[in-house]
Amino acid sequence: MNKKQNWIDQRFPLTKTWNEHLAKYYAPRNFNFWYFFGSLAILVLVLQLVTGIFLTMYFKPDAANAFTSVEYIMRDVEWGWLMRYLHSTGASAFFVIIYFHMYRGLLYGSYKAPRELIWLLGMALYIALMAEAFMGYVLPWGQMSYWGAQVIISLFGSVPVIGPDLLVWILGDYAVGDPALTRFFSLHVVALPLILVVLVFLHIVALHAVGSNNPDGVEIKKTKDKDGIPKDGIPFHPYYTVKDIMGVFVFLIIFCSVLFYAPALNGYFLEHANFVEANPLQTPDHIAPLWYLTPFYSVLRAIPPMFGSQFPGVLAMFVALLILAALPWLDRSPVKSIRYRSSPFKWALGVFVISFVVLGWLGMEPVTPRNVLLARICTFLYFAFFILMPWYTSIGKTKEVPERVTE
Amino acid sequence: MKTYIRIKLLLVTFFLSLSVLASGGELHLDEAHTDISNTASLQNGAKLFMNYCSGCHAISFMRYNRIAKDLSLSDSAVAENLMFAGEKVGELITTAMPEDAASKWFGGVPPDLSLVARSKGTDWIYSYLRGFYPDDSKVFGVNNKVLANASMPDALWSLKENQSGAEFDQSVRDITNFLDYVGEPAKLIRTGLGAWVLSFLVLLFVLSYFLKKEYWKDVKYGIWRSRD
Repeated sequence: MNKKQNWIDQRFPLTKTWNEHLAKYYAPRNFNFWYFFGSLAILVLVLQLVTGIFLTMYFKPDAANAFTSVEYIMRDVEWGWLMRYLHSTGASAFFVIIYFHMYRGLLYGSYKAPRELIWLLGMALYIALMAEAFMGYVLPWGQMSYWGAQVIISLFGSVPVIGPDLLVWILGDYAVGDPALTRFFSLHVVALPLILVVLVFLHIVALHAVGSNNPDGVEIKKTKDKDGIPKDGIPFHPYYTVKDIMGVFVFLIIFCSVLFYAPALNGYFLEHANFVEANPLQTPDHIAPLWYLTPFYSVLRAIPPMFGSQFPGVLAMFVALLILAALPWLDRSPVKSIRYRSSPFKWALGVFVISFVVLGWLGMEPVTPRNVLLARICTFLYFAFFILMPWYTSIGKTKEVPERVTE
Repeated sequence: MKTYIRIKLLLVTFFLSLSVLASGGELHLDEAHTDISNTASLQNGAKLFMNYCSGCHAISFMRYNRIAKDLSLSDSAVAENLMFAGEKVGELITTAMPEDAASKWFGGVPPDLSLVARSKGTDWIYSYLRGFYPDDSKVFGVNNKVLANASMPDALWSLKENQSGAEFDQSVRDITNFLDYVGEPAKLIRTGLGAWVLSFLVLLFVLSYFLKKEYWKDVKYGIWRSRD
């Protein structure tokens, strides 16, 4: 065994990589519940890639056959229904995990120096994932696939001056149709998965270079023993691998409960209207994107058209998404973790979470005067969280951060 | 910590008020109470569907022999009882009605019902089929409580006349049950399979929990305990 390892190590840094990223990667000893979601995100990414490969074998990217081919997978392909449900439930699970993962960053200030690039790479991943999920949802070519795509893509048409040409360029046609379906398929199965995998790689490289943050926001690398090992660090492998495996089973129990007992989750994971084939001549009564995109969809609908153009809403939607990337520079607090933050920050975070969840819920609801008012209030609060951050993170009394992690 | 509790309280109150806001305002539907594991009900539903519905409505994602296999019927029983126009058992269940004639008779082609249980739900189907009432202003002399001005005659009228109220409800329930099965044949096996998968995962979780506990003894008391 050793001899073989030697042979490989002279030609490829196997032992070195294993040690740097697992056996001798020292992670803080005090990770809690919120630290399961990184490894779970990788698990779901692999799940999506593998099930996606099988679905691609049977799916027909053709406006005339796409819907039928999905039902063919659900009925005539052996275990096709399982592959399809794993993939569709996996898409929603991916976002549940990513939202928990991002919220962890907010709770413990993981985006703050020296981890700004990890946060930015994560934001790029989040945006790529949204594009991936959106295009994937178009492929089954149901009514919601079609009309959801029509609504979202038409946003690009509102861009001043170049809008209409941009729209035709994206769709390859004047409306959503076969050309859009085939190019979304291509992007969904080749381009975006490649981008996601590369970004995940970079995200982890950056993380392992700097080292993980922890619930205390203490830099464990500041206190090392005589061997240069952080005193509050433990080897990722085997300690966090066994812990994460335990987390994987808890996750799979929840995931499989949905998969086997409520795969459509009452319309939240697979919308009812998407079981009707796309019909360009019949607009559904109520068009809503899937739940993970709805907070931003709500922002879009909350902004009224100005100068006869929808563009301000579209702009607000993209700013709402991109402003998350500015967090490391908006946060002026001397401490990272919520445990030692001042109370103004705790309040702001609470209000932010509420406004984000309410925006998400409103995005699935029809537009009524009450909902529009609520969406505007929440949009205001959402942006206030970011714009006022330099101010409220520099006032109030923070608690003293300990030298070492607490347990 | 106090602020933390206050924020939590705020969140809880908020979600409670949301759930109050979200309820109400929908069309009332009767609950279908179908049971997809009841094979006799599915068989009766299949028979009724083929006799009363399939003349106009296709379930074109479904094959005859798949029904035979899933509903514990032999291919010959399906051929005798459910097939009327000399189809082959491996064929998809389409309708013989020509599209242009259908448009002339009903003002449109009757929809394919393969996925109606998934798009509308079983309660809707059950309520719709039981929702016909006499209305002389309509071409077919009936209107519907669930879908106003439906361009469909009350296809089950002869059944309604020859059965008691409870019997008729059960017949409609069986048709609804059958359509629920047609909407997702995998539903027949996925819940049973799910129980096995979940039991297995629970077992694995227990094992992984003790494995983690064993390893983490190093962190709590052993070589990786807190160092100063």
